[in-house]
Amino acid sequence: MAQSAYFPHTEEDVQAMLERIGVKDIDQLYADVPARYFRKHACKLPDALSEQEVRDFFTSLGSMDPKMKVFVGYGAYDHYTPSVIPYITSRSEFLTAYTPYQCEISQGTLRYIFEYQSMVCSLTGMDVSNASLYDGPTAAAEAMMMCIACTRKKTRVLLSEGLLPHVIAVVETYARFHGVEIGHVPVMGGRTCPNCLRAELSKGDVAGVIMPQINRFGLIEDHSGYAETIHASGALMVEYCDPSALAVLKTPGEWGADIAVGDGQPLGIPLCYGGPYLGFMAVRKDYMRKMPGRIVGQTVDKEGRRAFVLTLQAREQHIRREKATSNICSNESLMALWVTVYMSLMGPGGLREVNKLSYDGAHYLKEQLLSTGKFEDPFPGKPFLKEFVLKPREFPGLMQRNLEQAGYFAALETPEGYVNFCVTEKRTREEVDALVKIVREA
Amino acid sequence: MKYYNELIFELSRKGRTGYSLPVNRFPAAEGLPEGLCRQSAPELPEVSEPDVVRHYTNLSQMNFGVDTGFYPLGSCTMKYNPKINEEIAAMPSFAGLHPLMHAGLTKGALEVYKGLNRALAEITGMYTFTFDPCAGAHGELTGLMIMRQYHMQRGDYGRRKVIVPDSAHGTNPASAAVCGLEVVEVKSLPDGRVDVDALKELLDDTVAGMMMTNPNTLGLFENRIGEIASLVHKCGGLMYYDGANMNPLMGVVRPGDMGFDIMHLNLHKTFSTPHGGGGPGSGPVGVAKKLEDCLGEIRVSGFHGNFGVILRAYAYILMLGRQNLAKVGEYSVLAANYVKECLKDVYKLPIDGPCKHEFVFDGLLDDGAREGVPGATTLDVAKRLLDYGFHAPTIYFPLLFHQALMIEPTETESKETLDRFIEVMRKIAAEAASDPAMLHDAPHSTPVSRPDETAAARNPILRYVMS
Repeated sequence: MAQSAYFPHTEEDVQAMLERIGVKDIDQLYADVPARYFRKHACKLPDALSEQEVRDFFTSLGSMDPKMKVFVGYGAYDHYTPSVIPYITSRSEFLTAYTPYQCEISQGTLRYIFEYQSMVCSLTGMDVSNASLYDGPTAAAEAMMMCIACTRKKTRVLLSEGLLPHVIAVVETYARFHGVEIGHVPVMGGRTCPNCLRAELSKGDVAGVIMPQINRFGLIEDHSGYAETIHASGALMVEYCDPSALAVLKTPGEWGADIAVGDGQPLGIPLCYGGPYLGFMAVRKDYMRKMPGRIVGQTVDKEGRRAFVLTLQAREQHIRREKATSNICSNESLMALWVTVYMSLMGPGGLREVNKLSYDGAHYLKEQLLSTGKFEDPFPGKPFLKEFVLKPREFPGLMQRNLEQAGYFAALETPEGYVNFCVTEKRTREEVDALVKIVREA
Repeated sequence: MKYYNELIFELSRKGRTGYSLPVNRFPAAEGLPEGLCRQSAPELPEVSEPDVVRHYTNLSQMNFGVDTGFYPLGSCTMKYNPKINEEIAAMPSFAGLHPLMHAGLTKGALEVYKGLNRALAEITGMYTFTFDPCAGAHGELTGLMIMRQYHMQRGDYGRRKVIVPDSAHGTNPASAAVCGLEVVEVKSLPDGRVDVDALKELLDDTVAGMMMTNPNTLGLFENRIGEIASLVHKCGGLMYYDGANMNPLMGVVRPGDMGFDIMHLNLHKTFSTPHGGGGPGSGPVGVAKKLEDCLGEIRVSGFHGNFGVILRAYAYILMLGRQNLAKVGEYSVLAANYVKECLKDVYKLPIDGPCKHEFVFDGLLDDGAREGVPGATTLDVAKRLLDYGFHAPTIYFPLLFHQALMIEPTETESKETLDRFIEVMRKIAAEAASDPAMLHDAPHSTPVSRPDETAAARNPILRYVMS
């Protein structure tokens, strides 16, 4: 069998290197490994495949899954990806670079992260953004730990039950091990219940409250007055948001939030079965030095030219070690580039149009579905943007099967017994009409 | 590389667009209540598509990547990133899968998880892996959660200490702290290995487990690992393997066989997926059979981890196959020992003997220091390397040495590349001895010279404000 194309070694090279080191063979370099561990396992992996065989293998795996038109949101949204994005992000100077610790040869990475931070601040209405986190749910978990670190001695964080179930699950996992007590605030009348929130806050010891801007029912929550209530009890207000929707919706900054988090996926990142996405986090200036993750700052070099560096590193895990309040050590840099290129291409106008197309499509679909008589509207008259839930009058299994057979991924069941629908700018009126026809005939 | 000074915001002109969207053929719905809408449009650039492409192409040209040149970056395993992996990760059949689709619609994707799980279990000797963690540090945190979960499920609530060697990666103690564990440091002996006698003193029924990387961050194999594992197990603790240094053991030694119960792998190091300028990575966590039940209680990411990265790693393993996987470890160890032997007469090697995939120098043997002239530091050496077209090694880590310079060549570097690196390192050593001041000013040929980091931290400018 030929040696792998990834190894440049000739037999002469290996021999020359061994001679220079002064050993007979490579095994001698493992002489300090006790014999009981060394080459004791006969590896049962298959032989090497050729590139063509590998491509064919994955093509055949891919062809096992039908191509579906996606009419579900619930935390991952099928927005359009302009062709420029993969073209730019696959440039190997970006793709194969390490973390920009050597700033003199990483100005490309550092500059796009600075642009990313600027855009996230502008979308969220906050002062300072970090360079990104893993995904939305972990960003919420980091926010939870940050609330604890900012408020000293308080041990409880409240979660709105309007947050998506997987966001709650991740925050609760982190909380359980980090020693944070979680309280829940129910949703009443389509939004995080203000009276329940006050009642929970009055029990004291609350470091922060995490609430969705668009909740798990797709409803846009009115958070007027929430910031005052939360701040009066000495807690921080965290908004979990969809950054694409923030191009038109009232910003966390305008609602009075201290921390904005969410998943960057709706900014043109493909669904890709759940990742890679990115988590974003932006905060008010007061909390800048408690924010986890990398941050890029502007400065000058010795000649006075504008230059960018990783900064405020005293916050980070590699300095703080066991005193750290976050262990995050990387960011989703390439995905930050992805959404930065997306926001550059779309600009304020493009994002407004994306939201308008999704909004009109979703409202049209909802109206059409209700007209079939097969659903009840659990939240009549409540504002939503691109996704909504309905209560099916009958068990939705047959309808889901028919939709699936026609190539539609739609009507995802939620824990409350509703079904979720979502429309993005990628869905056409023909697709929407065809979906409704299938539902009507089911 | 040439200096390029624009920010995308500075190219913005009102009314310019870079997008193309379909005509809206839906009836216009009644608008949202004004109280739910933002006051003014976000400050995003208004630029054309050619503006965007040229801007980011220019930015890319101020960047160094594995495809540009050699990265001797210790503990980071900067190996070649095969291009077939990129093609597979971008296949529309995978990229279009919604994470909440049921198993009947994602059979292909689930096969990828199953196949990679089997392969990693075979390579490491673990029973099964979870693919939820998105990075190495995320894997550490997940692994420690599993460790605590295991003790709690057995009703053993008193175990809150985790033992970490003083040579550990900085994320180890941070992950432990975030997981609610108390970090207890165990010292290294002068030979760079864990002091087993000191370890014995620390072991009791409050110990949840011990984190180790083997080979350790000095590139030295912890040859008393069997004894260490059995001591920790005897006191009821679990052994955690930090897989950041797995590369030299690929196909040669398995962490599971050394007595480790939990481990993470960095797919972006050992399994060739690109670093992407700092992510996305993937940090799958493997466990022994007795810990399988603990996995279900822990949810650390939104959906199924970074599927796009997982695809690449699986493609890499299939491309290499059994025989070549074993060569990964061997060639990486060969390269590290070769570079070490060729440089140890000009750089200070604090601990001699065969290393594994990496080794650590403690600065220059002759740093050129004279009366009134400060000597060249590790930072100076690192910066000077940039002038010669190489990335710098990892510097000032591990913390055991003041002038640490940690070098890791990988199995994908040719002898010619290593020889050129050696030649340059020797040249820099000579420059340091004769003219250390010149090194303080390095780099001289990069797009920017050393930026003022103090000013950046003192007066933080963290965003662009459009006027």
